[in-house]
Amino acid sequence: MEVGKVKRVAGPVVMATGLKSSMYDLVLVGEEGLMSEVIGISGNKHVIQVYEDTGGVRPGEPVKETGAPLVAQLGPGVLTSIYDGIQRPLTKLAEMSGDFISRGLFVDGIDHKKKWEFKPIVKKGDVVKPGQTIGEVQEQLLVKHKIMVPPKSKGGTVKEVYSGNFTVDETVLVLDDGTKLTMMQKWPVRQARPVVQKLAPTIPLRTGQRVVDGFFSLAKGGTAAIPGGFGTGKTVMQQTLSKWADVDIVIYVGCGERGNEMADLLHEFPELVDPRTGRPLMERSIVYANTSNMPVAAREASIYTGMTTAEYYRDMGYDCMMTADSTSRWAEAMRELGSRLEEMPGEEGYPAYLGARLADFYERAGRAEVMAGGQGSVSIVGAVSPPGGDFTEPVTQNTLRMVKVFWALDSKLTQRRHFPSINWLDSYSLYDQTLEPWFVENVSPDWNKNKRRAMAILQENAELEEIVMLVGSDALPEDQQITLEVARMIINFWLAQSAFHPVDTFCPYKKQFDLLAAILKYRDYAFEGLQKGMSVDQVKSVPSKDALAKVRLEAEYEPILAKVMAQMDAEFKALK
Amino acid sequence: MTKEYKTITEISGPLIFVEKTEPVGYNELVEIRTHGELKRGQVLDTSDEIVVIQVFEGTGGLSKETSVSFTGDVIKMPLSPAIVGRVLSGSGRPRDGGPEIVPEVLRDIAGAAINPSSREKPRAFIQTGISTIDGTNTLVRGQKLPIFSGAGLPHNDVALQIARQAKALGEAESFAVIFCAMGITNEEAQHFLADFERTGALERAVVFLNLADDPAVERILTPRLGLTTAEYLAFDLDMHVLIIYTDMTNYCESLRQMGAAREEVPGRRGYPGYMYTDLAIQYERAGIIRGKKGSITQFPILTMPGDDITHPIPDLSGYITEGQIIVSRELHRKGIYPPIDIRPSLSRLMNSGIGKGHTREDHRAVSDQLYAYYAEGNDLRGLAAIVGKEALSERDKLVLEFADKFERRFVNQGRDEDRSIFETLQIGWDLLADLPEAMLTRVDDKFIKQYHPKYAGTAKK
Ligand SMILES: Nc1ncnc2c1ncn2[C@@H]1O[C@H](COP(=O)(O)OP(=O)(O)OP(=O)(O)O)[C@@H](O)[C@H]1O
Ligand SMILES: [Mg+2]
Repeated sequence: MEVGKVKRVAGPVVMATGLKSSMYDLVLVGEEGLMSEVIGISGNKHVIQVYEDTGGVRPGEPVKETGAPLVAQLGPGVLTSIYDGIQRPLTKLAEMSGDFISRGLFVDGIDHKKKWEFKPIVKKGDVVKPGQTIGEVQEQLLVKHKIMVPPKSKGGTVKEVYSGNFTVDETVLVLDDGTKLTMMQKWPVRQARPVVQKLAPTIPLRTGQRVVDGFFSLAKGGTAAIPGGFGTGKTVMQQTLSKWADVDIVIYVGCGERGNEMADLLHEFPELVDPRTGRPLMERSIVYANTSNMPVAAREASIYTGMTTAEYYRDMGYDCMMTADSTSRWAEAMRELGSRLEEMPGEEGYPAYLGARLADFYERAGRAEVMAGGQGSVSIVGAVSPPGGDFTEPVTQNTLRMVKVFWALDSKLTQRRHFPSINWLDSYSLYDQTLEPWFVENVSPDWNKNKRRAMAILQENAELEEIVMLVGSDALPEDQQITLEVARMIINFWLAQSAFHPVDTFCPYKKQFDLLAAILKYRDYAFEGLQKGMSVDQVKSVPSKDALAKVRLEAEYEPILAKVMAQMDAEFKALK
Repeated sequence: MTKEYKTITEISGPLIFVEKTEPVGYNELVEIRTHGELKRGQVLDTSDEIVVIQVFEGTGGLSKETSVSFTGDVIKMPLSPAIVGRVLSGSGRPRDGGPEIVPEVLRDIAGAAINPSSREKPRAFIQTGISTIDGTNTLVRGQKLPIFSGAGLPHNDVALQIARQAKALGEAESFAVIFCAMGITNEEAQHFLADFERTGALERAVVFLNLADDPAVERILTPRLGLTTAEYLAFDLDMHVLIIYTDMTNYCESLRQMGAAREEVPGRRGYPGYMYTDLAIQYERAGIIRGKKGSITQFPILTMPGDDITHPIPDLSGYITEGQIIVSRELHRKGIYPPIDIRPSLSRLMNSGIGKGHTREDHRAVSDQLYAYYAEGNDLRGLAAIVGKEALSERDKLVLEFADKFERRFVNQGRDEDRSIFETLQIGWDLLADLPEAMLTRVDDKFIKQYHPKYAGTAKK
């Protein structure tokens, strides 16, 4: 390995000479050996981004090669970990350097001393292929970790296989060509892990959020973007999805966001239980916390490290969801590093390859037939933080070209404390059509019909509201006044959903359907009533209508809803 | 003995370029001597050929003959308990005629990042005595909650009222206050100092003053010095620290100026592309560390250029801080103090600091309901202006009146009026009680039965 020399230091970027490293190889900069990555080579100069603070680094200090790119360590022990952007466990860093992160610390991504019980599922003489499962480890109470032949190894005939307790460095299987396999793989984070083939997204990813599942649903293996100005609810939505989504593994990437938010999540996840399994959410989670004040180069890397761990669990046949908060901070990290390279900037100073990088990232999502056999998926939910809340900026626009679901956050709704502040007119899901059969089969034949009715009412409402702004609502024909009222009910009783209400934070499909059906039922009663000559005030003031508002806050809602609907029926019958 | 160089090749705005030096570290502290005066600077770019230095006290009076020496170390702040009660300059030198701080410790002012896994979740309610904050945008200890204001609005009074009144419920201890002035006028600074003196707060304060006529580059140091001091008081000396800095807009202008001097590719509206990261490094130095007694709560003040919240300075700040308190020109014109518009205001940590065990169980519901009708009432004002109040439905008229009453009774209060959270909630309930009960859709029935003035008498046995 060569040892080069620092020539120049400007912020997180260092130039060095005397190196032979390839693009994206890791190098160690300076006397302290700061973790760094080659991000450009020109002439005899290497351009290096440093994952740590460069204060005090001088020209002339050594740069050591490692001969390998940034890799993630993959094996038992990844789950429940809290990492920085380059997969250093934060709790380990705290043990080593205290409450503030200091520089030049090396820590393995997973514990190399801990022993795990390896149960082989292949035997001597079996032929194993790349990606095939050779054994299992009970990583968490309910998560079996499959130990697989690394996808790039050749495979072969099993010469020896052991069972018992091993560290991730110890050999658990030997192939006839002498290759020794352990329970750990190393994978370069910037490369997608291979699958047999990608599959169509036909299964919804249940989130328990009415506006998402009911209107703009995400598929397992799908991609969604959630853009919005500051304080419009991106983080709350991503945390809520991470809590309630029906996936096996959640990868939460806090990329250039707040420390206190991470503290909140790390405080909640070990305590909250997964409604599907009754086990703490933390047991199915991997958290990357590279907050805004941590080095930008590590922020840039965090998206890839996160994605690599997600793919690894997908390869075991799990449904994984990765949330990235915020992809704009990732893009800005690219911009910041790019500008120090003195690259020709593209739109708004972002590097010209912004679109390509975003595309590469979202392309790593998908449902797939995996090499270990069976299916797995990685879904991505990416937050976007457009400057000034203006969606025409480059990161939002490039993202929208890639993703299939668009949850448009609207600061007007935020100001009204309507949460989630997802605009119901601007948002869309391109999985709509593909997922409809699933809902018809598994929830109700009327699922799609009701959804369309509700959306049509909201569309009409938007048009009517413009008129109301000019003439007031009393000037509208009676039926239109009722439409306004029904739209208000859909908005306030159904689309609005507090992430912090103990019950309403998660709404099962059946309840979503029943609540919407009840509102539509009210609409039918009201129109019928008008036809029979009742006044708008009469139909608007039935007490059961307001009672409907609070049904969503009840866990055992069914008897309550039945009672309210019976009351509604009686009230309309009593009106003359 | 450090070597001195007289090899300045270029002086450009706040920057000097020096060649033929020993190897110099990035971010290193530089001493520049000219005509018996000592200026300080910091290395921004270092290579074999040339070193770029930003000079904090400005480059006025420097020439190619000026001698430059490199200290071999990054900038460190001298700290000791004796710093409390002192008034220092924007670059940390005594400004009160007192002695230099004799350091017990020296701390790198760049400040390392708090390990996210070592952070404690902030959740201790701080009562500021201001209803629009306590009731609807609650502050918690360890939060960073900026005031977004505009030129000529009473944001300083609001900040001072908070500094005077802020306390944790049921605890006698008060905050140590750090006040960092960046580019504000002498008059504004005196306003703060006089108030600190009047209330005795100065004895538990550390003041950093960089005034409008002080060098602009120095402003880049000021918050870093203030925050380094804050970390020392909070995490070494176990104090609860409230840090107010004003005006962040001036700080950002200095950043822009530096970027321009370095001929960097500018980001939005000419501000550097790394401004988000730079601001985050300041704002993120708020919080609580597990196992430590102290805390840092931040109150940055910034004036929005042209009252435009989408301007990069408030915009990037809003993306980093845990909410914002918006001072509104419209409410100010109506004569309402504090003119806080709750609609665009937000406290993101509110949820963890309110409710049972913190304030009161009905707090969230009351706040949500007040918000909903105040926002709706505001929208209706527009409509009423067009179609006339008479054309509104009965319900809409009630909501419209609610918004007016809300501003007069809930928002409006005296500059020395220190309302308890229970008084604030009571005012909220009194306003809600003027609406039909069926309209309180965001309040659980059990809270209505217990706290609605109509039932409160029966509920309280
Ligand atoms: N579903 C929800 N239910 C209740 N409150 C919500 C919900 N979503 C958002 N909020 C409120 O809005 C606040 C801001 O939300 P959040 O922190 O998610 O915004 P953000 O879009 O991530 O902002 P930033 O870009 O600045 O990080 C929250 O603190 C919370 O008070
Ligand atoms: Mg956020």
